Amino acid sequence: MISCAEAVEQLWEYLDGALTEQDRAAIEEHLSFCRRCCGEVEFADELRAFLAREASEEIPDEVRARLITTLDELGTE
Amino acid sequence: MPEPKRLARERFRVLAEEQLPRLYAIARRLVGDEAEDAVQDTLLKAYRGFDHLEHSAAAPAWITSILVNVCRDRGRARARAPQQVSIDAMEEFSLFRKIADEDPFPYSDSLHLDFLEQFGSEDVRAVLARLPDLYRIPLLLVYVDGFATKEVARMLEAPLGTVLARLHRGRKLFEKQLWEYAEEVGLLREGVR
Repeated sequence: MISCAEAVEQLWEYLDGALTEQDRAAIEEHLSFCRRCCGEVEFADELRAFLAREASEEIPDEVRARLITTLDELGTE
Repeated sequence: MPEPKRLARERFRVLAEEQLPRLYAIARRLVGDEAEDAVQDTLLKAYRGFDHLEHSAAAPAWITSILVNVCRDRGRARARAPQQVSIDAMEEFSLFRKIADEDPFPYSDSLHLDFLEQFGSEDVRAVLARLPDLYRIPLLLVYVDGFATKEVARMLEAPLGTVLARLHRGRKLFEKQLWEYAEEVGLLREGVR
């Protein structure tokens, strides 16, 4: 049986599907009775979505246009 | 221009144009205001090396690895002082528990989500900028750009185990820096946003 500290240590890897079958089973067993760690999993999932959302960047039209000009000029010299 | 060369140039153009938004987004996160220059450099290098690309399916990861290296070189050239990020007690840090224990918004029904809602995109950029490149680059490539850890290992020319360890540290540092940043800039005062 793993402790909360051991479970928390591997939560992102658990969500990534990056754990071995044995480690995954150990986490799931722990989560089956530990409500607090279930909260940790939900929050870790939320945090991953938050990171992906908030760190996104749009390319401004004028930058895109300049980079396309670069592409047009490649190989023409 | 000979026909095969013209066709290769056309293929490259289509591929690169398709990748521009993603390349620019990655460069913005890695080198900020130098993003456009970094993408320009990347396009030139990629064009020169295009003949060596065997499978077009590998193109996104291939051109991204060129960009990542361009950005790392630029980071080194700027000779920025290494970010002072404490990794003491990082392994034990849990943002979930920190928020629960400190309870910054006592009247909240959704404490953890309310914590995240205090951050705008600028705040998240500032937090990410505090992470050393060693941890920030794999974190962004995997969790924002969606590359598999194996692909990131190839891009960074590092063993998979090393990338996994840096990802683990990067996540912990990100969590810790979110809390520290929130404290420093006053995001933890009820009703600040």
